[in-house]
Amino acid sequence: MARDEALPDLLDERDPDYIRDTLPAAWLLATLWHRAEVRGLENIPEEGPVLLVGNHSGGNTAPDTFAFALAFSSYFGVERRFHQLAHKLVMASPGIGSFLRKHGTIEASHENAEVALNAGAAVLVYPGGDWEVHRPSWQSGRVDFAGRTGFLKLAIRTGVPIVPVVSIGGQETLFVLTRGEALSRAFGLDRLRLKVLPVSLVIPWGITVGDFIPRLPFPAKLTTQVLPAIDLREKFGDNPDLDEAYDYVTTTMQTTLDALAGERRFPVLG
Amino acid sequence: MRLEHCIEVNAPRQAVWDLLAEADSHPLFMAGLTRWDVQNGPAMGCGTRINMRMKVGSAQVGSLIEITEFDAPADMAWNSVTGIDQRGRWRLREAGPGRTKVTLRLAYQAPGGLLGWVVDQVGARDVRRNLRLSLDRLKEQVEAGAGHARARRAG
Repeated sequence: MARDEALPDLLDERDPDYIRDTLPAAWLLATLWHRAEVRGLENIPEEGPVLLVGNHSGGNTAPDTFAFALAFSSYFGVERRFHQLAHKLVMASPGIGSFLRKHGTIEASHENAEVALNAGAAVLVYPGGDWEVHRPSWQSGRVDFAGRTGFLKLAIRTGVPIVPVVSIGGQETLFVLTRGEALSRAFGLDRLRLKVLPVSLVIPWGITVGDFIPRLPFPAKLTTQVLPAIDLREKFGDNPDLDEAYDYVTTTMQTTLDALAGERRFPVLG
Repeated sequence: MRLEHCIEVNAPRQAVWDLLAEADSHPLFMAGLTRWDVQNGPAMGCGTRINMRMKVGSAQVGSLIEITEFDAPADMAWNSVTGIDQRGRWRLREAGPGRTKVTLRLAYQAPGGLLGWVVDQVGARDVRRNLRLSLDRLKEQVEAGAGHARARRAG
């Protein structure tokens, strides 16, 4: 991308050389531990801004995000501007926040996403956020954006295509027993935009409350399918109906997730 | 990591070269190739740039490569411009009347120091298999083409 003007600071922390140097670790983890497979990268427009919309799995470590980021950076090159949105508590974590910022992760907000798209970036968002990523593991095969339509408004406002990114396996890298909404309310965490406090079975700690302690993910097979781009204006006219567009995107993703679930013979092993 | 594989093809050197020099033919015989975008084709020559990726483990790895040597009908070499550091060479030599020895060399290095070295070792199995299979397919295609040419001449 030609830089006619200085990029906003929040995008400037992305470091392509750092990303290149960390690709081997991501490749080893994705290949040997998760047998990860990312299909359909050719569906992402070769250049220009694009809103990648994913279903979110795997708790705060979100291993399918790393597998997808590896696949994206290998396929398009680390030179292509690629940003991911993450919850502000994740970005505030010591060590993790700095690591993620170098990888292009920015704090989740509509304004930040818009800045990145206007800079010509590919931006990965998870509309389901912490609600979806901490769904019980037996709901692994369910797309659950909790009715959030911000990603649609963003795509319409910026005029960029949506590319759905559908993954399975992430929710088998830990076993979430319950989202713990009542627990979150009891501790007043909902006031920090943290609606859930999941209770999970994880390695090596056993049962945990919350998802803040580093853990070893179960070696679940991860499969991701990238779908063809959706131009909301082309599909639904100049003023797309949000409910109609929401149903279309989530149904398309759910159909793909059902097909991916149908390919799996065993939990974790895939 | 440096890999080299050879095969003997029952066809004249020019026939093998003709297939290699055709940019669009590579996806037909190169195993594991997931991307092959010729940027300044269709004719291949020194300076031709190709965006190529090969499936290795969980990623499609590769580079933007540039043809640096194009010496018909003997040698074609390339270097990477961006992406994984790599250089490679197709080397064609006479191996008797109507026979050609085809050598494919590939040297590459993943980034990331020690972990990159580990990745090279682990990924070499996939790359080695892809190179062997590519040579087998190349032989098959060239020999099928040479067979058709002989049949046409005989007819």
